[in-house]
Amino acid sequence: MLIASLQNIGGGTLSSLASIGRASLVLFRAIFARPDIISGFRRLVAQIYSVGVLSIVIIAISGFFIGMVLGLQGYTILSRFGADQALGQLIALSMVRELGPVVGALLFAGRAGSALTAEIGLMKTTEQLSSMEMMGVDPVHRVIAPRFWAGQISLPLLTLIFNAVAIVGGYLVGVDWLGVDSGAFWSNMQSAVNFKEDILNGVIKSVVFGTVVTWIAVYQGLNSVPTSEGIGRATTKTVVYSSLCVLGLDFFLTAVMFREL
Amino acid sequence: MFLLIILHLFYGVSYSSIKRGVKILSANIVEIRGLSFSRGSKVIFDNASLDIPRGKVTAIMGPSGCGKTTLLRLIGAQISPDTGSISVQGKDITKLSNKELFRMRRDMGMLFQSGALFTDLSVYENVAFPLREHTDLPESMIRDLVLMKLQAVGLRGAHTLMPSQLSGGMSRRVALARAIALDPAFIMYDEPFTGQDPISMGVIVQLVRLLNDALKISSILVSHDIHETISIADNVFLIANGKVVGAGSPEELMDSADPWVRQFMQGLPDGPVPFHYPSQSYSDDLWGNVEC
Repeated sequence: MLIASLQNIGGGTLSSLASIGRASLVLFRAIFARPDIISGFRRLVAQIYSVGVLSIVIIAISGFFIGMVLGLQGYTILSRFGADQALGQLIALSMVRELGPVVGALLFAGRAGSALTAEIGLMKTTEQLSSMEMMGVDPVHRVIAPRFWAGQISLPLLTLIFNAVAIVGGYLVGVDWLGVDSGAFWSNMQSAVNFKEDILNGVIKSVVFGTVVTWIAVYQGLNSVPTSEGIGRATTKTVVYSSLCVLGLDFFLTAVMFREL
Repeated sequence: MFLLIILHLFYGVSYSSIKRGVKILSANIVEIRGLSFSRGSKVIFDNASLDIPRGKVTAIMGPSGCGKTTLLRLIGAQISPDTGSISVQGKDITKLSNKELFRMRRDMGMLFQSGALFTDLSVYENVAFPLREHTDLPESMIRDLVLMKLQAVGLRGAHTLMPSQLSGGMSRRVALARAIALDPAFIMYDEPFTGQDPISMGVIVQLVRLLNDALKISSILVSHDIHETISIADNVFLIANGKVVGAGSPEELMDSADPWVRQFMQGLPDGPVPFHYPSQSYSDDLWGNVEC
């Protein structure tokens, strides 16, 4: 009984380590794949469209509603202390530092990450990746690398869009609906938000999240069991692992970036 | 030997180059020695050896799950053997670097069971794919080559269609056109006849033989469709329990006295391969003495 339990633990640990090793190799090969300037750029643009541009709608709508909720909740609390003029500052800092990168990455994992896993998993199931290998074409170079870089490029841009739309949503609720002074809203925001400390750090966060989410997504697709059930499981794993990693890494990055502020 | 001496003395060709050239042009395109391969606790190949001759259609046959497709993947180095050597065109593919392997695969064609066409590319683009990836040919030449390959499989008129618009048989023919796009030295066919209607099957059977003879290539055909396979194969290897249990021409195997070979070739329901999967005694099962 005890030996069986130890065997299970040992087997599980070895399998996890092997999986991490394989995933690291995929990441290494995707990052250092020899770029093919013309066709590689064309593939990258196509993937940025698929991963990034097609995610704009969900990102924009979510950002708008989150900004409106933040405006409403922020006004309710700030007005108790007569500080409703600071609403713009509250919304901007919350979005730029935390909510933008984190919620943006969670939405990206749900929309683009799951789609990437399903697409690569289906290519594996239908032997498209194997046939590519047999034609002397490396699937990591041809399929994985453009998707990986597209995720890397798209998420920071999506996060900036998310933040901008959220601020507009907060403005509509705070200024147009609840009567906060428009000048105070913008001027407080401008004076409180620092480009390097807030915006740049937020962008760095989204670059890290973009790497992690896309890495998990492409690896889960490559590593999926080639059945319909296997693809379903891989897609679920992508969303779950990405979400947990984003939340965990956010705490770590926040502790490093904003502890002194 | 005389030719070697002439090449060495008069043309200054080194012995090692001559030996390498002779190896590449040897009678066998694939040589497998002492191959062992397992998946978990299941042994797929146990010290198996076989030679695939150059210029012939060689069929690999055996019951489902005996490792026929695995053998093709081993020859294509998509998986590595536990022990043993697999020599393709004189080179041991188990010892090649990743770069050398990808280069060597340009000399192999493979027709997958599902066709494995890229679903986001048209028929034309699917066939053009290997040409675009591995050559710098101008677009006009790529177009001519693609149309010639499609003409060879009878689907030139379908070059604008998408894979979702093709029938199963047409998909495999397009995949075959793609497999011969780079004029490989040999083509591996993984169950090309499975799930085909009689007309499509007849077309593919004819194409395998025609392409082999017209392009002067070698073909490795994995199948368990006996009649179609033996109608075009020059040699047949029968695989079971991780070993080669029968080898020879189709006629030799059809007339074999070996009970296993006879059962397989004649499709008999019972014999050395029992009808019943190994189990506890029937009465124990019915009386509930065995946990299900």
